[in-house]
Amino acid sequence: MLGVLKGLVTTWKTHWRAPVTVQYPDERLPLQPRYMGFPGLMWDAEHDEPFCTGCQVCMRYCPTGCMFVEMKDNPKFATGESKRRKIVADFTINLSRCISCSICVEVCNFEAIEMTHHHERAGYYPDQVAGLPTLFQMSADHRAGVGQKPGHETRNLL
Amino acid sequence: MTTERALRTVDMHINVGPQHPATHGVFRMVLEVDGERVAGCTPYIGYLHRGFEKLAENEEWQEVIIHLDRTDYISQFNNELCYAMGMERLLGVEPPERAEYARVILAELNRIVSHMMFYGAFGADVGALTPFLYAFRERERLQRLFEAVSGARLMHFYFRAGGLKEDLPEGFADELRRMLPAVQHGIDECDRLLTQNEVFLSRTVGVGKLAASEAIAYGCSGPVLRASGVREDVRRSDPYSLYPTLDFDVPVGKNGDCFDRYWVRLAEMRESVRIVQQCLDRLPEGPIRTPVPRYPHFRVEPGEIYVHTENPRGDYGLYLVSKGGVQPYRVKLRSPCFCNLMALGPMLRDSYLADAVVILGSLDIVLGEVDR
Ligand code: SF4
Ligand code: SF4
Repeated sequence: MLGVLKGLVTTWKTHWRAPVTVQYPDERLPLQPRYMGFPGLMWDAEHDEPFCTGCQVCMRYCPTGCMFVEMKDNPKFATGESKRRKIVADFTINLSRCISCSICVEVCNFEAIEMTHHHERAGYYPDQVAGLPTLFQMSADHRAGVGQKPGHETRNLL
Repeated sequence: MTTERALRTVDMHINVGPQHPATHGVFRMVLEVDGERVAGCTPYIGYLHRGFEKLAENEEWQEVIIHLDRTDYISQFNNELCYAMGMERLLGVEPPERAEYARVILAELNRIVSHMMFYGAFGADVGALTPFLYAFRERERLQRLFEAVSGARLMHFYFRAGGLKEDLPEGFADELRRMLPAVQHGIDECDRLLTQNEVFLSRTVGVGKLAASEAIAYGCSGPVLRASGVREDVRRSDPYSLYPTLDFDVPVGKNGDCFDRYWVRLAEMRESVRIVQQCLDRLPEGPIRTPVPRYPHFRVEPGEIYVHTENPRGDYGLYLVSKGGVQPYRVKLRSPCFCNLMALGPMLRDSYLADAVVILGSLDIVLGEVDR
């Protein structure tokens, strides 16, 4: 009986403690700066084009095969506006299959992709394929939120 | 004549399995019951089989780490440590000191998190739901720390051959130092809540006994083996990383019943706090990664090696074979849960049906690792 009472005392004590839970969709706990959500593509503001050259390295490394990348000639290279010969033509990530592992970020040689804080993928449609505009937007939102600059210290770590 | 017919009994088969509220994960067992007593048990595993060992042969050396996170998904840092040590021994490199300390700290915190998970689930198995909430409150604290360190709450992908992915975040040591008394207090609180509760005691003491000889014969390891009174811990018997220099006890039980398995884990959490404290006091500054040859590709010297670490669930072993390529030739996992689960048969024999779930819970199995 004594043991049960002891337990009850412990339980009662917690009645005067502030709650540790929050009501999720209305309130959110802050994410840690390093939090890895889904990958997004960074935008090179200097040249007004993406960093990504469409080299497909990330696509080949991705363990779930959820990426699709296509490369094209960079029109700005011909006019001398940019040093990138090739540029990404199409880039899609199927967010339903992405496991937020950050392998794509670590293998990218151009520091073009980063893990964003975007992580909520519940929606009304099963189709969760993010195309180029979404991926740029995710990265832009992320950097606005965290105050991070393009360039990732963890590249090429595999 | 009539009474004889009325008393004739038949064995009944009860399916305790996937989608049954009382099982752990996706473990299915068919219990043969004779009245209230369990007469036999047929386990069925493989519902969570993802072919980890085959997948590992098709990934590059370092990429495999993401699959290791997913084998025992409650003690990821310990798994990663095992694999990283294997790669390092094959490569013949030593991680820098700071990385070693960070690894041990994270592995031990992971042990606390994992045992907290056990504490909560075991309480729920016995019929007490409050411990579950307490355990998760305690877990959350450390989970947020893990999130700050690796960027993920569960699948960290943080240890690499030769060190860590990136340095510990700024203020990590101070934060953890502040947090440790709270963690200790949380463990004490959990202890007070359940350990002396008569209902809990009557459900666990003397239930599911496993003799030391039997535990050894079945290849049990970790808390299951130690609860039977065998003082065997890989951190002591085959020391790795920093453990030879650290001061900690290996708690053992006496009777090998469910209560002892619970108690050993609770005591281990306290030891983990002690270890973390020592490491924090000595945590040096410096590099976190020994450079390993990475161009054009990360390769590991040809050879084979067996490494094992003391996971929260027992002796987690990896047998790595390298043919010098960019991918492992073979990765074999010696899963502690799988071996511990073998002892379920003798433990369940002649126990009450109501105790079957408690006994299963006391093994603290993680199906991701049993089925891999
Ligand atoms: S994100 Fe990086 S690795 Fe992937 S295609 Fe673009 S440049 Fe190549
Ligand atoms: S985070 Fe991992 S799973 Fe997701 S796109 Fe990148 S490599 Fe693929």
